[in-house]
Amino acid sequence: MLKISKDKLNDLFDLIAQKQTLYIPADRNDGESEYKKYESGMTLSNNLNTVRSAKDFFFPQTENLVDFKMEGKNIEVIDIRQESEDFVVFGVRACDARSFTILDKVFLVEPVDSYYKTRRDHGTIVTMACTRPAETCFCGLFGIDATAPEGDAACFSDGESYFFKANNERGQAFIDSISSLLEEGDTAKLDEVQNKTKEILGKLPLSGLSTDSFGGDKLKEYFNSDKWAELSEACLGCGTCTFVCPTCQCYDIKDFNTGHGIKRFRCWDSCMYSDFTKMAHGNPRLTQLERFRQRFMHKLVYFPANNNGEFGCVGCGRCLSKCPISMNIVKVMKALEVK
Amino acid sequence: MNNDTLIPYIGVVTDIRQDTPDVKTFRVVSPNGGKVFEHMPGQCAMLSIPGVGEGMFSITSSPTNKEFMEFSIKKCGCLTSWLHAMEVGQQITIRGPYGNHFPVETDLKGKDLLFIAGGIGLAPLRSVINYVRDNRANYGDVQIVYGSRSKDDLVDYKEIIDEWMADDGIEVNLTIDNPQEGWDGHVGFVPNYVKELDPSISKTVLICGPPIMIKFTLAGLKELGFTETQVYTTMELRMKCAVGKCGRCNIGNKYVCKDGPVFRFDQLGELPDEY
Repeated sequence: MLKISKDKLNDLFDLIAQKQTLYIPADRNDGESEYKKYESGMTLSNNLNTVRSAKDFFFPQTENLVDFKMEGKNIEVIDIRQESEDFVVFGVRACDARSFTILDKVFLVEPVDSYYKTRRDHGTIVTMACTRPAETCFCGLFGIDATAPEGDAACFSDGESYFFKANNERGQAFIDSISSLLEEGDTAKLDEVQNKTKEILGKLPLSGLSTDSFGGDKLKEYFNSDKWAELSEACLGCGTCTFVCPTCQCYDIKDFNTGHGIKRFRCWDSCMYSDFTKMAHGNPRLTQLERFRQRFMHKLVYFPANNNGEFGCVGCGRCLSKCPISMNIVKVMKALEVK
Repeated sequence: MNNDTLIPYIGVVTDIRQDTPDVKTFRVVSPNGGKVFEHMPGQCAMLSIPGVGEGMFSITSSPTNKEFMEFSIKKCGCLTSWLHAMEVGQQITIRGPYGNHFPVETDLKGKDLLFIAGGIGLAPLRSVINYVRDNRANYGDVQIVYGSRSKDDLVDYKEIIDEWMADDGIEVNLTIDNPQEGWDGHVGFVPNYVKELDPSISKTVLICGPPIMIKFTLAGLKELGFTETQVYTTMELRMKCAVGKCGRCNIGNKYVCKDGPVFRFDQLGELPDEY
């Protein structure tokens, strides 16, 4: 397997960044990490995952859709779209990598979202296999192997070197483009690390979860469950879960008057917010219970109903660590599940 | 890059009709003349004034009208107030058509039809009614029951009197909520009027109006012997993208913007009561 030794990783980053924009997880001052545009000398974070998911690369928090010029009674529509430039996202974890295939099922079905698609067409995802999964991790529940992540190409560390494997043609092209720095390496130690990681994954506190009780045919069973009242009671409706979630994709469209014209933009929104469904004639989801239920029913029942049983969750654990009242999808599943 | 449905077309407002004290009907054409796009009865379009907002409105004109599209819009919020303040010649943005439509070429063909509307709820049904009138041989009896708060609140009153009531093959039953000077027609709420009229249960029903009217009318229809599989309605929820991606109009596994807005009541029964 082709590899590069750990001390040469930045040579690799420099090589990639010569041709394309490269993003890597880097540490912040507060010890957490986030994706940053690579600049020479920047170090790859050792953290398990970034605070925000990698969905920003394809579905950014805000983006302009179209411009308008208003003159008297006339309107000019200005198509501001541009093809994305090629870019590489390095170090995406297996959970986030899976989230892209979930987002694809929303944005790439007809009518295709061209804003999302151009980034998907031009972005190369290089994933990083996990070696130290956290107690909030439960990607295995959704059939994700943290030691063998998806993405265009996958990278594996044995502590001394980084090994590369292509998952598709784009991934192979990526590996070809860096081959001058790679050498053939022995995977004996990597196999050892992988086996150890698999052992840890099996022993994680959330490894016993099951999705058996959930799926597209469970609407009637759970919608009127009396558990929702207790589960949602303390929910602040802050939307943090939605914003850190790699699969949440609800959005708002709004106009901004710059003084020289109108910019129509979209931005992330949350079904947890009280005005999400509010109309001139009323609001079909008046209470936080209804809004809370919508988010989890969507991930555990409605999304699977429309997508051959696939759930709208990848088990990244971000909502477990970020919810200010410590509510999360795992607690919801445990409360609802039929044993 | 391919066209993106989020990027709208321009429409020009060529006629504005004050229908009721709070409903105006706007005629919209492409800047080059003709319709901006084709549609089927029951489909909707996103209309916008950039800088003010964008909203989903049912296309009230029939597809058989080849010259223009019409939208009957009630003034009830920010965008609709702006639309009501427009003058002829104003450009707006328009995108669509969105959603499914009443099954005029399949399930409704050859059927006796009963239209039941309340207030502005006539807007989406008017498209079907005029489509049926223009393809009269394809459908059986046509009965229209339409009610509003007062005579002045009946949308499209002139068209109803001059065209629909003058049409031999159509029975029109109008009602208003309270007695009013100059009104010698029926007085009373739509659900009760429907029961009084005792329509044949062989009819297929298309209903649109305030949720409370729909609820009681449906209950009345069931008492008369109608089943949910023969009653269609059209819904509205808040929408942003209009193509099932922004998540706003999601009920159960359906998106009203793309799987609806037209639903049969047995299909609605499968969904959570969140509309």
